[in-house]
Amino acid sequence: MSRSGAAVSVHRLSFFYTNNGRRVEALREVSFSVPGGGIYAVIGPSGCGKSTLLYILAGLLAPSAGEVLVNGEPPLPGRRATSLILQDYGLLPWKTVWDNVVLGLAIRRLPAGEVRAAGEKVLKEMGLWELRKRYPAELSGGQRQRVAIARALATEPDLLLMDEPFSSLDALTREAFQDILRNIVQGGSLTVLLVTHNIEEAAYLGRRIIVFTPHPGCVYKIFENPQAGLPGYRKTAGFFRLCTELRGALEHGRDQI
Amino acid sequence: MILSAFLIRLASILGVLLVWHLLAVLLRSAALPTPGEAMLAFGQQVPAELWKHFLISAWRVLASVFISLLLGAPLGLWLGAEEKLDRFFAPLIYLLYPLPKIVFLPVVMILLGLGDLSKIFLITLVVFFQILVTTRDAARNVSHAKILAVVSLGAGRLDIYRHVIWPAIIPEIFTALRIGSGTAIAVLFFAESFASSEGLGYYIMDAWTRSAYQEMFAGIIAMGLLGYLLYAGLDALDKKICPWKKL
Repeated sequence: MSRSGAAVSVHRLSFFYTNNGRRVEALREVSFSVPGGGIYAVIGPSGCGKSTLLYILAGLLAPSAGEVLVNGEPPLPGRRATSLILQDYGLLPWKTVWDNVVLGLAIRRLPAGEVRAAGEKVLKEMGLWELRKRYPAELSGGQRQRVAIARALATEPDLLLMDEPFSSLDALTREAFQDILRNIVQGGSLTVLLVTHNIEEAAYLGRRIIVFTPHPGCVYKIFENPQAGLPGYRKTAGFFRLCTELRGALEHGRDQI
Repeated sequence: MILSAFLIRLASILGVLLVWHLLAVLLRSAALPTPGEAMLAFGQQVPAELWKHFLISAWRVLASVFISLLLGAPLGLWLGAEEKLDRFFAPLIYLLYPLPKIVFLPVVMILLGLGDLSKIFLITLVVFFQILVTTRDAARNVSHAKILAVVSLGAGRLDIYRHVIWPAIIPEIFTALRIGSGTAIAVLFFAESFASSEGLGYYIMDAWTRSAYQEMFAGIIAMGLLGYLLYAGLDALDKKICPWKKL
């Protein structure tokens, strides 16, 4: 495939919402950009508007001010090539693994043959083929996470947005998933923007790491991390140094308010 | 597993019969026959004329529950999902829901006659509101995250109804149907016991006025059976339609 991952640029993005008649500022003048292909991380404490940012990038919310561009265009709701994985996976308990995974294709009214072929391909790639008739309640946390990823990939997106993707998994499973994600983006046809509060996760995966401060969310600092995702990177001195720097940035950003 | 489930069910029925029997023996009243006597009467009465009354009552309850479902579920779904509409209709519903609809029986009988129509109308009036309110509340509480998840997959308004809201509230509708069926039988009895010549309610009241207590209990058993069959049918449907629920 010659397709390449989507480039994302965010320019002076602000977002307000009203809560009980009070105007709340969730994001203030956020600017950053990521080129097409690869994994990028947004890190910040809870309440820094990270999820809001993803919803705006997915076209589910409109910016109050500023501009967001995906491949040079403002995101529309249901932009076909954008997939979003929510924090609790957003699986539908009344649908089997198969029906959950092909949901995006079914909603797009693809011909049945195409749906079957694409579903089969992605289920086999994610090692879910044997589980296709089960319901989410019959799966472990890791298997549910796999289903969520399979559903997101089934539509062959060029942009994958992930909200705290691995936060409910145990440490080792989480690391296994970080490697799965790293393998998925190899080849450059997919851009992953993940939002996390986990320092190690951001440091291991994010080629560029955008640090947010809370209330309202704004960009505190941006780190470049060219080593991201290299095998064994987790055990290098450079990795630990970056983690320490990220921690410092997060603490400093928090102290500013 | 299946055998032990069956044994537990059997034990529960035998338990009820035992308590009943002891009570009848202790009271020694003609008004409370023993289960054996009642069963015997039931066995004699079913082929005679009880079956006719049973079918008439069953038809009235089933028709009412079905009509209530057909009207109440879609309307509840719609009100629950569309906030503005709900704000308009909520006061109306809260005003009408708690009213004991049975008080309208004389009006209903004058307008719709003494036959099936007035009974079905009255039961529907009661059960409709139960299904409407339950469905509406369920539709209101559908998780926002699930809706966001399918919207991000490109779902339009109809897709949201079809893939999220509708399946999310089906189990709640079954709950409403279970509660509604119980109410339906209670209302049925009342409607049939009044200026009526058919149905289990009539049968029981008629036996009572004749002091034919064993026949009366045959009618009560028939009414219990009607409820049991309704619940069993609903359970079977629930299991078939919502296989994910038992997990």
